[in-house]
Amino acid sequence: METLRKFERVCEIVDQNGRNEARLIPILQAIQVEYRYLPEEILTFVATSLGISPARVFGVATFYSLFTLKPKGKHVIRICNGTACHVKQSMDLYDIICTRLNLVAGQDTDPDMLFTVETVNCLGACGLAPAMVINEEVYGQLTPERALALIDDIIRKETGNEPDHYGA
Amino acid sequence: MDDSHVVIIDNKEILIEQEQNLLELVRKAQIDLPTFCYHSELSVYGACRLCMVDVEGMGLVPACSTPPLAGMKVHTNTEETRKMRRIIVELLLANHSQNCPTCQKSTTCQLQTLARRLGITTIRFKNQNRDVPLDCSSPSLVRDQNKCVLCGDCVRICSEVQSVGAIDFAYRGMHTVVTPSFGKDLDKVECVNCGQCARVCPTGALTPKSEVDEVWKALHDPDKTVIAEVAPAVRVAIGEMFGLEPGVTTTGQIVAALKAIGFDKVFDTSFTADLTVLEESTEFIGRIEKNEHIPQFTSCCPAWVKFVEQYYPEFVSHLSSCKSPQQMFGALAKDILTGSLKVKREDMVVVSIMPCTAKKFEAKRDEFTHDGTPDVDHVLTTQELGRMIEEAGLHFKELSPESFHLPFGFKTGAGVIFGNSGGVSEAVLRYVTERLTGERRENYEYKSVRGESGIRETLLNVKGKEFSLAVVSGLGNARTLLEKIKSGESRYDLVEVMACPGGCIGGAGQPISRDPAVKQKRTKGIFENDRMLELHKSQQNPYVIELYKDTLGEIGGHKAHELLHTGYKNRKRMVDGGMTLSGFNGESALEVNVCFGTSCFLRGSQKLFHDILGHIRMNNLDDMVTVSASFCYEKCDKGPTIRIGDTVIEGCTIEAAVEAIERQTGPFKREVTHHA
Ligand code: SF4
Ligand code: SF4
Ligand code: FES
Repeated sequence: METLRKFERVCEIVDQNGRNEARLIPILQAIQVEYRYLPEEILTFVATSLGISPARVFGVATFYSLFTLKPKGKHVIRICNGTACHVKQSMDLYDIICTRLNLVAGQDTDPDMLFTVETVNCLGACGLAPAMVINEEVYGQLTPERALALIDDIIRKETGNEPDHYGA
Repeated sequence: MDDSHVVIIDNKEILIEQEQNLLELVRKAQIDLPTFCYHSELSVYGACRLCMVDVEGMGLVPACSTPPLAGMKVHTNTEETRKMRRIIVELLLANHSQNCPTCQKSTTCQLQTLARRLGITTIRFKNQNRDVPLDCSSPSLVRDQNKCVLCGDCVRICSEVQSVGAIDFAYRGMHTVVTPSFGKDLDKVECVNCGQCARVCPTGALTPKSEVDEVWKALHDPDKTVIAEVAPAVRVAIGEMFGLEPGVTTTGQIVAALKAIGFDKVFDTSFTADLTVLEESTEFIGRIEKNEHIPQFTSCCPAWVKFVEQYYPEFVSHLSSCKSPQQMFGALAKDILTGSLKVKREDMVVVSIMPCTAKKFEAKRDEFTHDGTPDVDHVLTTQELGRMIEEAGLHFKELSPESFHLPFGFKTGAGVIFGNSGGVSEAVLRYVTERLTGERRENYEYKSVRGESGIRETLLNVKGKEFSLAVVSGLGNARTLLEKIKSGESRYDLVEVMACPGGCIGGAGQPISRDPAVKQKRTKGIFENDRMLELHKSQQNPYVIELYKDTLGEIGGHKAHELLHTGYKNRKRMVDGGMTLSGFNGESALEVNVCFGTSCFLRGSQKLFHDILGHIRMNNLDDMVTVSASFCYEKCDKGPTIRIGDTVIEGCTIEAAVEAIERQTGPFKREVTHHA
């Protein structure tokens, strides 16, 4: 029933925006809030209801980095790889977190769709390097221990299990 | 000269007339300023920056997007502009596949030409080209992203001129690509195979898909009888590949070349165009009498047919049921020629030479395949035939002309003018007027359907009855016209549509040219062909008359229908599945699938969907019913369409849906109660 509710919501979003092509970006934003990503069939539906080509919708959806066409995990972790953070070994943090979540190379989301790990180019928090964002929250001056503790907390809350078994 | 309208370009005074931008003015001064992203048929994009000129007091400006103002002093060849152009071309080359000698566009590629013109011998930047695999999925085109310079010409012609929008820019910065939606293959999206994108692409990033190798293979196979059919538009264009002026007729040389290459028989598609005229006119007169499916739309252009199937299902029944001349030829060859030449169907190979990429798609349609073999085995574009002639080492210009084989090589002028936009209509008029009046007419030219504009309308009075005709080229124009017909703003009896602007002479398989005058010259060449022939009306073609007498029987009769007619149906725009939206995935759940394709959507499938959900919730059927949405049922003319279990309901209302759900959940209901 969850998918159904979401689809009804999409219809609502499109209608609220007057099925107006000029409102494509707000429509996509609202849909992403629902799904946490932009599913292909939904984008095709949006194209149909706005009377524009799916290729155009795809073009807009891929132009802005805030949109994503791949399903993301419930918690999105963004580790900064801007110059300041990079110098402070932020990529070590990235590796440690990926290992904890048992993500293999090239994979950014775990099979249970709980976590997505990404790097970003600059969070604008260079004074706090190395920094990362979990969902909307910024964490600075991280050590590997502190970073892991933050992740482990979420794992415990979400699964009720001890973190060292996650994804194993 | 009147100073108030003059711009000084490289010290020459140039008068501003209708020119919209400096670029046009510079070209008027006979200076070939290089461009990638400027196309006179399209909107101005201004991205490639190759057209930079120095305007005194303004500095460097892009000529394509700068309006000409009187008194401007423009310099096109300063040290700065020259340097700039070189850097741009070098940067593009650094990002480009380096396989130029093996590229289909080699020698006609703009990038290659520019590199040579600008004297670029080394590239100072490191090659950045990523090896992206080719997209060969389409029967008509090949996409090679490694050669794309992102000028956007293809994107704009597809959406602005054809109103299809099958390809567009996606991603950003160095990752930008031109792609069908969701990075799908071109044959999975709404592309109609018109090839106009390939016609305007300056490089080898979009090219017609070659069937040259397959044709050579058939020619070299001693067991095969290989037959050629040559479309009208080819004869006034192929010479361009061998240094002749556009529009010069080379029919005799084409036939000679095909025979020399090894084709067993060479026929003329204009012969089957004559047949099309008789069949399509008879169909038209019949429809007028019954007042059914008017306007009748021509169906010779496969890109147009696919366009109607995808976007205007309600008009599919208005398409003439006549096969295109290419397919009529294939059917006749495999039915009649196999007998007269004593060849088995599987040993006959029919190769058509076409100005068109969509014809490649048409030949592969299921409707035109019988017993596992297609009626037309291979389609070569004009360009491909030119390349075969080059490969065979024939001096095309010097070949002494030869004539087509009989009977299918004999045509009237009516069959030849099919190559021009308006040609089909004119050929039909030449027959219909004589048939309706019962009188022979001296004059055969109907100038009112000729012309250059993309939508032409004309009223014709035959025996006191008024006929209203429209001649359209370019699918965007077709869309405009269809919308007017739908809204009731316009009404017509007969509508001719060709997807390519100008008709087949402007097809994407024709030799490449950036000069807009080329199309006009080819059009003129086609009309000259007509005038040079002795016969101008299809009904005069003695071999057509004989064919009806000996084999086909009556025009529009049973055998004619079997061989020369077909039927078209709606088709999905996107090849994909649907999505499941609710419920219970148990095997016994009743599946309710609502179509959300464009037509059904506009006919209210969204409201229906809500009402059905309401019903399901109210009656606690959640566990027994799975609701899903799909994006097209190919029944769009009768939408909204829904499928409930195995019943498809067209023009569905909430009452009909509820009734079907009740009926089909009955047994499950009992089962559930039973278990409880
Ligand atoms: S072939 Fe025609 S419809 Fe297909 S992408 Fe090119 S321009 Fe668009
Ligand atoms: S495919 Fe050709 S026409 Fe399209 S953007 Fe690339 S280079 Fe330009
Ligand atoms: S032609 Fe002017 S910027 Fe490309």
